[in-house]
Amino acid sequence: MIKTDILIIGAGPTGLFAVFEAGLLKLKCHLIDALPQPGGQCSEIYPKKPIYDIPGFPEVLAGDLVDNLMEQIKPFEPGFTLGERAETIDKQEDGSFIVTTSKGTKHHAPVVVIAGGLGSFEPRKPPIPSIKNYEDKGVAYIIRDPEVYRDKKVVIAGGGDSALDWSIFLADVASEVSLVHRRKDFRGALDSVEKVEELSKIGKINLITDAEVVDLKGEGELDSVLIRHKDEARGEELKETDYFIPLFGLSPKLGPIANWGLEIEKNAIKVDNSYDYQTNIPGIYAIGDVNTYKGKLKLILCGFHEAAIMCQSVYQRINPDKKYVMKYTTVSGVSGFDGSKKEAKKEVVKSIN
Amino acid sequence: MSDVKITIIDREGEAHTVDAPTDMNMNLMEVIRSYELAQEGTIGICGGMAMCASCQCYILNFEHMLPEKSFEEEDMLDQAFFVEDNSRLSCQIPITEGLDGLEVRIAPASE
Repeated sequence: MIKTDILIIGAGPTGLFAVFEAGLLKLKCHLIDALPQPGGQCSEIYPKKPIYDIPGFPEVLAGDLVDNLMEQIKPFEPGFTLGERAETIDKQEDGSFIVTTSKGTKHHAPVVVIAGGLGSFEPRKPPIPSIKNYEDKGVAYIIRDPEVYRDKKVVIAGGGDSALDWSIFLADVASEVSLVHRRKDFRGALDSVEKVEELSKIGKINLITDAEVVDLKGEGELDSVLIRHKDEARGEELKETDYFIPLFGLSPKLGPIANWGLEIEKNAIKVDNSYDYQTNIPGIYAIGDVNTYKGKLKLILCGFHEAAIMCQSVYQRINPDKKYVMKYTTVSGVSGFDGSKKEAKKEVVKSIN
Repeated sequence: MSDVKITIIDREGEAHTVDAPTDMNMNLMEVIRSYELAQEGTIGICGGMAMCASCQCYILNFEHMLPEKSFEEEDMLDQAFFVEDNSRLSCQIPITEGLDGLEVRIAPASE
């Protein structure tokens, strides 16, 4: 069981900055994120895109902003549970919470802060009506263990890096790999595209372009996919396969959080913004893009502000008998849990004789 | 500059003719969001960078008055679902006077 003062769900910019604000108050944080790396949308969707509205940064790449935030919170030694989605929350008798992830990792904290942005990123499923019937019965959206596909027939769909990379990898594992893509051009890395072309020429990858998988067949288990060619003359073909792996990227979903009893409005969590961004469940806060209130602006800088306000409230919740006065880092400096200390040089006042 | 009239058919099939301002640097996705014609969280997820296709729409007329598709838009549509010949990413369509009378239908939200 992982124990911490504040359990933050979501390791995007807002969640990361909350670690800093909590650290100033000597509160330790642990973050859970469904993605395998911190940074949320900034890392997953647009790491190379410049952001222009972070105060003090005329221009900063989203990925660099995340790197800077990670550097800024390093002294506060946050813990991370990455690549696991927060699934369930159980309130304990003392008012604390146990949050369990999709892989069964348990976390215990007196306060839970949801900084989940648009939600957890989940694979985009192609609109094939029968696809749900074959999930885990031949259809997989993520490749967890490539050995599952050894000596099997595999059909991969998609035109991005994931589809290319896995086609290349499985070409040496599976007995047959087919890559189905809607058009002839691929939007992946050039060397991956070239490698797929090479493997196609020597018959290691069956490249099927200008075509889409439109239906799945099989009694109980998947046994074939129906491929429709753009060229009407070629029509449709039924292709025997053991596995169908559609790789079309990720899209955000609020996910299991939606079932935690929180008040939801327009796909976001309602909070009390006049005070501290607490949800309708005491002890659970929501900050950043995941929350909503009158006048809400979904901006990174607003998430940072909400993180600071939330931490002050959490401090009082955890330490009801202590009086805390907000301090400026220019005055108090930053004392990390790792023993590091940053503070401004004290001026030397000369005495007048 | 004045507003233009754009007809947007929402995901339930209802048509809405709305006034879209030409002087606010808006794009069609932002107009759809501002009139709340698609559920929040299901449109404009990437914020308008042609990186999610959640704002895909079908152009029902006036296609010749739209800007050419950029490489990024072509690429994203290539990865999207429910794509038709008249598909565009509404975030890549700036509101200009030339769009007066445009009719579009919002593509279904993908899972």
